[in-house]
Amino acid sequence: MITHQYDVVIVGAGGAGMRAALESSKEARTAVISKLYPTRSHTGAAQGGMCASLANVEEDNWEWHTFDTIKGGDYLVDQDAAEIMAKEAIDAVFDLERMGLPFNRTPEGKIDQRRFGGHTRNHGEAAVRRACYAADRTGHMILQTLYQNCVKQDVEFFNEFYVLDLITDRDLATEDVEEGAEVNATGVVAYDLATGEIHVFQAKAIVFATGGAGKIFKTTSNAHTLTGDGMALAYRRGLPLEDMEFFQFHPTGLAGLGILLSEAARGEGGILRNADGERFMERYAPTIKDLAPRDIVARSMANEVREGRGAGPNKDYVLLDLTHLEPAHIDAKLPDITEFARTYLGIEPYTEPVPVYPTAHYAMGGVPTNVAGEVLRNGHDVVKGLYAAGEVACVSVHGSNRLGTNSLLDINVFGKRSGRSAAAYAKTASFIDLPENPAAAVEAQLTELRERPDGERIADIRRALQETMDANAQVFRTGESLNQALSDIRELRKRYQNASVQDKGKMFNTDLLEAVELGFLLDIAEVTVVGALNRKESRGGHYREDYPQRDDAHYMQHTMAYRRPTAAADEADGHIAGYFDHVEEFDGYKVVLGSKTVTQTRYEPMERKY
Amino acid sequence: MTAVMEKADAQPKAGEIPSFDVTIKVRRFNPEGDAAGESHWDEFRITAYGTDRVLDALHKIKWEHDGSLTFRRSCAHGVCGSDAMRINGRNRLACKTLLKDINPQRPITVEPIKGLPVVKDLVVDMEPFFASYREIMPFLITKGNEPTKERIQSAEQRERFDDTTKCILCAACTSSCPVFWTDGQYFGPAAIVNAHRFIFDSRDEGAQQRLEILNDKEGVWRCRTTFNCTEACPRGIEVTKAIQEVKRAMITRAF
Ligand SMILES: Cc1cc2nc3c(=O)[nH]c(=O)nc-3n(C[C@H](O)[C@H](O)[C@H](O)COP(=O)(O)OP(=O)(O)OC[C@H]3O[C@@H](n4cnc5c(N)ncnc54)[C@H](O)[C@@H]3O)c2cc1C
Ligand code: SF4
Ligand code: FES
Repeated sequence: MITHQYDVVIVGAGGAGMRAALESSKEARTAVISKLYPTRSHTGAAQGGMCASLANVEEDNWEWHTFDTIKGGDYLVDQDAAEIMAKEAIDAVFDLERMGLPFNRTPEGKIDQRRFGGHTRNHGEAAVRRACYAADRTGHMILQTLYQNCVKQDVEFFNEFYVLDLITDRDLATEDVEEGAEVNATGVVAYDLATGEIHVFQAKAIVFATGGAGKIFKTTSNAHTLTGDGMALAYRRGLPLEDMEFFQFHPTGLAGLGILLSEAARGEGGILRNADGERFMERYAPTIKDLAPRDIVARSMANEVREGRGAGPNKDYVLLDLTHLEPAHIDAKLPDITEFARTYLGIEPYTEPVPVYPTAHYAMGGVPTNVAGEVLRNGHDVVKGLYAAGEVACVSVHGSNRLGTNSLLDINVFGKRSGRSAAAYAKTASFIDLPENPAAAVEAQLTELRERPDGERIADIRRALQETMDANAQVFRTGESLNQALSDIRELRKRYQNASVQDKGKMFNTDLLEAVELGFLLDIAEVTVVGALNRKESRGGHYREDYPQRDDAHYMQHTMAYRRPTAAADEADGHIAGYFDHVEEFDGYKVVLGSKTVTQTRYEPMERKY
Repeated sequence: MTAVMEKADAQPKAGEIPSFDVTIKVRRFNPEGDAAGESHWDEFRITAYGTDRVLDALHKIKWEHDGSLTFRRSCAHGVCGSDAMRINGRNRLACKTLLKDINPQRPITVEPIKGLPVVKDLVVDMEPFFASYREIMPFLITKGNEPTKERIQSAEQRERFDDTTKCILCAACTSSCPVFWTDGQYFGPAAIVNAHRFIFDSRDEGAQQRLEILNDKEGVWRCRTTFNCTEACPRGIEVTKAIQEVKRAMITRAF
């Protein structure tokens, strides 16, 4: 075991992690730990844009942006956080430009902007050009630019190190820690993939920036490595996860593959059609049609397929039509995604429509934080020295449905904020002693996994998990389908106990790490389904066919899911009898649901129509 | 999909394009164990579909036959740069190479990229590659005060370096370069591509320093324009052209 000491440790080197590192490394001794080389992070896959009301091409302002974000999230957005994000968006974009990001330009040489779903002028009048972009490679440019600046600033990285445990001075998973009591994060335990060594990092402040969890689903735009690690680690240490039932399905994944075709395709004029060639979005969202928010478009597509109007031999997808656009325009604005259609489906988008179907894309929920990035351990107390930002976190600016281009914004705004907060806190705090053997749990887990007798393959269990999630917890859900998913997950957990890895080596043992990651996926799928079962309403990305209406009277609350020992109390913070009171028993622990109030400032919930 | 579905994999791919069997020959290297340090070929026979990529084949091997097969991957659609490897003797991304496009009738060979130390199976030590990248100062260098808003850059100026902004640092180019194979000190095409990205950015003021670095004996002049790099680049970057432009800049910008 090797030990290190840093003022600030950042876990994850995607957009959020590196944006945080650029702030904190200026002020405090900082290490960034990442299971991937920074430039391999999935922020690099983001395509369409990052929004800010720069008003470079038409009238716009941060207040309209705030409103769109709140309405887009079906009012489950914390309005103070959304307002901060919309205001700070402008500097976040200029920051990136000054760091060197090669944005597309207007004829006057300013940052160009384009339309994106749900972003409108004057509270819904018409689509507005708010997304700043670099062709359909915006995320790539953000990731590269942030990494370049980390090189410039000499930020210290530990690459291909997997963080496998969070250390706190009081164990919320087993102890009954009273409200208001002080809990401190003191370090993390990491596994060096190249050598198999365990490293313990003691830190005054820790920032989680581990990204999403799309791999709980089979059809997803997410990378193989997006296994919800940070969320699961927090959850296992007794921290709540917020709003996990809200997962975004992006309308346009390449059919059968899930590879994303950015909404920019529709922003630039692309049209969705069913097998009859009909522009069906005109029926579902008469005003903004194909540019309605993602949850609405994804459900409309799934509905077309369900009602027999799907295209293709199995009638199981719809078509994204770009054939009316000029090839030169496509090449200038959408070069990569049209290349994906050619490479992976052999389709020429200049002349043929592209088969698409919704793909699991973005986790709206995550580790709850306040606007400073501090992690909450219940509805109001923070864990001292612990921060989270990016897709792993839930501030909550996305509510029940994220608008396109708001995530690249989120990672920049709240990445920066949490980096600053962490460094400022580290300057005033001192190191807290770690427990006797901080790596014991991780070592025991890895040894046990390695030494298990031959059993089932990890990949088979993972596939079964992903299939049940696609079948039962996708764009349409019912109590019945969710119960099916839950019982499948219970079964898979049992099988997971006896699954074995074949690679017994120490060096570069990716077999072993895939097994660990499957454990994270099972945790995340479980909270997602429990939250979805409890929420008997339809809102944003969560659609219950058995409860198709939004129910503000009872469910205008954030879900907080806690993992607790079987013997613990059945009521969690924010318990609301009959609505946020669900308890689900598992083998050796239970999941207890509570709630957290949605912060509303100036916008009254209204019906969401487009 | 519908709420309770019979089977999740009613995808069109199996229906439209029939399956086929293919043999994959993988170059193996285990740093540990009895035969530590010796490399050998392993053959696997798998069933694949029309949309399957080499990465899918490797996953099938790892997930169904031999869990110890080791390779890097993440995004699975050619944007993260994790899985450059030598496939049938040519550098490509495994996730961007469809099996059906590389003659699956014959065994398909998969080896680690050349010129970097092999760590395990298809995984190489990328550190020397990233070290060269860092050396060319791959970041915007400017003087004077920052503007309050954005810097102005015309669409034409932006277009000037567009090609080299696409680099995903996969090392397919550098590890296909015969000069790099024989001289690991050579900066290699990827580092030069990334220098180009800044040298031709109208906002940048560090060209002089970068050109000095690349004027070194391990710099651009070692390039023998074999075009291997351009052929290898999965992002379609005209790598050789970028190197030529950097050479020309050295001559014209007078030093
Ligand atoms: C295909 C695609 C297109 C998108 N397009 C857009 C868009 O146009 N606009 C927009 O706003 N949003 C878009 N999004 C969403 C957005 O890109 C992501 O939500 C965002 O980039 C997430 O950034 P992040 O920094 O939180 O996570 P990531 O970039 O995923 O980074 C996670 C980091 O955590 C590290 N990590 C994870 N687990 C561990 C562990 N256990 N130990 C150590 N390190 C760990 C990883 O190595 C990685 O460095 C898109 C998403 C996808 C998938
Ligand atoms: S130039 Fe092309 S081949 Fe070379 S590292 Fe960049 S993307 Fe890879
Ligand atoms: S896995 Fe990302 S480029 Fe191939």
